[in-house]
Amino acid sequence: MVVFDKPKALTDVPFHYCPGCTHGIVHRLVAEVIDEMGIEGETVGIASVGCSVFSYNYFSCDMIQAPHGRAPAVATGVKRSHPDNFVFTYQGDGDLAAIGTAETVHVGARGENITVIFINNCIYGMTGGQMAPTTLLGQVTTTSPYGRKKEIQGNPIKVCEMVSTLDGTAYAERVAVDCVKNVRAAKKAIRKAFEVQKNKQGFSLVEVLSTCPTNWGLAPEQALEWLRENMMSHYPLGVYKDITKEAKDNE
Amino acid sequence: MGEKMLMKGNEVIGEAAIRSGCRYFFGYPITPQTELSEYLAKKMPKVGGLCLQAESEVSAINMVLGCTASGERAFTSSSSPGISLKSEGVSYIIGSDLPCVIVNVQRGGPGLGGIQPAQSDYLQATKALGHGDQHFIVLAPAYVQEIATLMGEAFDLADIYRTPVMLLADGALGQMMEPVDFESKKERVLPEKTWAACGHGNKREHNIVNSLYISPEVLEQTVLDRYERYKMIEENEVQYDEYMTEDAEICIVAYGITARIAKTAVKAAREKGIKAGLFRPITLWPYPKKELAALADKVSKFLVVEMNMGQMVDDVKVATDCRRPVEFFGRTGGVIPTPNEILAKIEEMNGGAK
Repeated sequence: MVVFDKPKALTDVPFHYCPGCTHGIVHRLVAEVIDEMGIEGETVGIASVGCSVFSYNYFSCDMIQAPHGRAPAVATGVKRSHPDNFVFTYQGDGDLAAIGTAETVHVGARGENITVIFINNCIYGMTGGQMAPTTLLGQVTTTSPYGRKKEIQGNPIKVCEMVSTLDGTAYAERVAVDCVKNVRAAKKAIRKAFEVQKNKQGFSLVEVLSTCPTNWGLAPEQALEWLRENMMSHYPLGVYKDITKEAKDNE
Repeated sequence: MGEKMLMKGNEVIGEAAIRSGCRYFFGYPITPQTELSEYLAKKMPKVGGLCLQAESEVSAINMVLGCTASGERAFTSSSSPGISLKSEGVSYIIGSDLPCVIVNVQRGGPGLGGIQPAQSDYLQATKALGHGDQHFIVLAPAYVQEIATLMGEAFDLADIYRTPVMLLADGALGQMMEPVDFESKKERVLPEKTWAACGHGNKREHNIVNSLYISPEVLEQTVLDRYERYKMIEENEVQYDEYMTEDAEICIVAYGITARIAKTAVKAAREKGIKAGLFRPITLWPYPKKELAALADKVSKFLVVEMNMGQMVDDVKVATDCRRPVEFFGRTGGVIPTPNEILAKIEEMNGGAK
């Protein structure tokens, strides 16, 4: 009896991700949710630029590769012409919170009925460990070799906090994939975000605190520890906005 | 023939797009093409379509990318500075072999430039709007009527060749009012969009719309395949117009609004006994090379007239293999040349006023 199988919404193509990278976990969670909701046939995924660009090879649903930062705009074009499709973007921190900040903010402002899966690992992975918009103060990267200083490189961006101020945002939650408990919570959040889209309630975003062992220069386990010790205090986990809950509370 | 309507060029662009079955427009306001957005904002909801104002030109072209990638006809419009912003998206659209229509109602540049009509985006449009090996079809209307005709064809051409098609107009054409008849366009057989990413419905393998090829050999082959299509476009889709070229000695080469002014100058020159003629490329890419080469056998001199600093001159020289002298007269920065200025240049080339 098979008790653990590959989700149908993932292809048989081997991941190119580095050992210990948490992209694999998040891909699996998204695929499991697609399977459970039975929506693979109507789902269109938007791959962004960065390590996860090849996600178009890994998800079994139809996929579109967007220019750097533009995935929310591409998703808008798909969703507005195919309102009954499920549309999600899968974006890293450089893509979403630096070059694509305007697209991110406005997709929330318009309340586009799409879901953004946002991978925050505080670094640019694909290009080899440069400073990201979410790099923590003091964090050493190849372009902040003396540690990020707010006087020089400015402050890290808190995406969940930012998008939850937008009226069109229906759901925003920050999760982590550092331990079994949190992985389960992350899946629940992704499912919730997709449900929000299914119910046509507006823009949903799940920020996933993730690791980059290769560019952090840490072993996978140490990287998970680093995430817990350094990222969680600056990027607290939790639900930042949930209009479905607010509606219930007001009943 | 349908009923003639008096309409502004910018509005005709929108009306022709709707009549071509396009229901998705993504734009951003910029002078001198804003009337188009305003027209579509009114009309699209009435035909079950969408006119969405994006947060930037960059977003607008990427909304087009998503919309066309999912199999729908989509277009965007801007003017010169905004077209520069769209260049990234256009390159991705080309790299993903997606159809779409882009309208450029040109104004003076570089930089913020001005808001008066210009043709100074000729090189950008015909040579390299975005990065990478590429071409796309560039249509240059000279009349409001021609906007209607070409805009209708643009969506078909885009679908057939899986390429962006640019309607390259200018502020004068966008703003002027002329009678227009949205006559039925040429019927073409359109391919099915089997590549569209709109949900596979569990009936086929997943479609991937993509411009990334890590293997150089695979990328090279993809580009070569695309250039095979470009060859077909060059063979089948060249459009041009000629006026009094049969016995012309001095042949003006001009496109768009400038060609109309040049035509007046040609008439005036003929009245003075100068054998002038006009060759008007309608497709700026593919460029009517063969036709110009044939003209070089007959005429003694070419005069390129543009509203820029001579961006088309090299194309005429290359097409004619420099067999005849190619001179240039132009105004730039948003200044429109007068027929008399062009006539003076023709007279100068003819050995001075007599």
